[in-house]
Amino acid sequence: MVKAKSISKEFFKGFWEILPPFRLVLGLCPMLAVTKYVENGLGMGIATTFVLFFSNIIISSIKSVIPKKVRIASYIVIIATFVVIVELVMQAFFYSLFEKLGIFIPLIVVNCIILGRAEAFASKNPIHLSAADGLGIGLGFTMSLFLISAIREILGAGTFLGMHIMWGSYEPFAFMIEAPGAFICLGLLLAMMNLVPTKLNGAN
Amino acid sequence: MEAEKKVPEQSAKQSGENVSSQPTMVKKTKPKKDPRAKLYKPERMLIMLSSPHLGTVDNVPKIMWTVIIALIPAVVMSIFYFGWLSIWMITACVSAALATEALINRMKGESFTIKDGSAVITGLLLALTLPPAFPITSGILGTIFAIGIGKHIFGGLGYNIFNPALLGRAFLQASFPVAITTWTTPRTLVDAVSAATPLGGFKFEKISTAFIDLLYGNTGGCLGETSAIVIIAGGLFLIIRKYADWRIPVSYLSTVFILGGLFWLFNRVDYPSPWFHMFSGGLMLGAFFMATDMVTSPITPRGSWIFGIGAGVLLVVIRLFGALPEGVMYSILLMNAMTPLINRYTRPKFFGEPRA
Repeated sequence: MVKAKSISKEFFKGFWEILPPFRLVLGLCPMLAVTKYVENGLGMGIATTFVLFFSNIIISSIKSVIPKKVRIASYIVIIATFVVIVELVMQAFFYSLFEKLGIFIPLIVVNCIILGRAEAFASKNPIHLSAADGLGIGLGFTMSLFLISAIREILGAGTFLGMHIMWGSYEPFAFMIEAPGAFICLGLLLAMMNLVPTKLNGAN
Repeated sequence: MEAEKKVPEQSAKQSGENVSSQPTMVKKTKPKKDPRAKLYKPERMLIMLSSPHLGTVDNVPKIMWTVIIALIPAVVMSIFYFGWLSIWMITACVSAALATEALINRMKGESFTIKDGSAVITGLLLALTLPPAFPITSGILGTIFAIGIGKHIFGGLGYNIFNPALLGRAFLQASFPVAITTWTTPRTLVDAVSAATPLGGFKFEKISTAFIDLLYGNTGGCLGETSAIVIIAGGLFLIIRKYADWRIPVSYLSTVFILGGLFWLFNRVDYPSPWFHMFSGGLMLGAFFMATDMVTSPITPRGSWIFGIGAGVLLVVIRLFGALPEGVMYSILLMNAMTPLINRYTRPKFFGEPRA
């Protein structure tokens, strides 16, 4: 099965076809942990996108010189380099966000999505496709984090990016900001994403 | 495009109506009885089945409505003590439960299961475990969660792992920690005089409550949990009808009594007496109506003992050493989670099976 690969196709598949973390059920730990508030979710998504984009490019460009046996270790070193860059930049310019995300910034190193794309895509495809793949998946991930964190923040705290948007007497239910709220939110969204295509196909 | 689409649909509808109307035409002529029908009396068949031979007429609606009847005394007492607050909360939760059930039935495309009473029980039990002055909208939200997430996500009645009403209450406890621990004294109706529950009072201020008040329910607490005596009466009714396994309340209550008593013997100042343990908080309601839920409790007799003892130990540990004054909800929910495991390990051996 040889498909023609184009930059746009590799870019857009990250938005629905293998949208992380719903379609590609990877990278669940950061998404469950940091989606309490939209600010955190967006920050995490953008940081991951940055790392994913550059690590895909580097890995794709030096894939021929990496020995097969130590490839995972090599990927981790490359990814860790970019994570350190992100960490230092955040510490310098977005210190409050850095404080909120805490340990989850260094933990981007072991984010399954990044290592998964390195292993499954960047190590087998040319640079321009890998860059499109990294950017697409990263933006898709950011989108998903934004969606979940928006639902959780609006219901759980009654705010959006820190602004009060619900009516005055609205009593936020703190459940959504707690850990179980993340699991239930993810589960319901996952169910909906599986339901919608089934219904659409059924109608056709 | 739309106009084109509509036309075949309409024609299909019309033809569908024709098809459906035809059988009714046939039916109208049918009722003439075959005069020979008397001669062919159905022969009594010999039943050739392997055991177990179940000869019961029990079914889901019968069991559920019996449980509701057993809960009526507790409902009456809660109305007596808390008045309109209780009536509003119970009405809101039960109707929310029925509406959610109907909506989900419709979404899943299955037949409506409103009449079997299981949704009524969930709504009723949840309402009875809420504080009197709890906001009605939040109660409705908890009911929707109980029916939707607690029951139907797992596949509906019979497949749920956790008791839906307790799951709904756990959701409310996590969502509105302040509102769910704001208590009012009985018979104050609208004037919400906040007061501590017996358990909360003992835990945080070392105030004990008169035993007779605990028995009749003249204390602060959730709507339906205060009056121990009517809950015991309803529970005994269920046990006599064999709709509740007697082993679970017996093992649950006696574990709490013995373990609580042991702590009390060692230190009578810091730990409450076993009688206080037994009759305060939601223990009676939990032991008779929630732990005995057929779906979420073990099916084997040995498993029921383990279930009750485990819940009792958890309850005493939470009450005496936890941050919360009351632990009935979490003790039962945790044992619900253990139920599949208990069922597996207490499976009776087949005759002649070698020892493991």
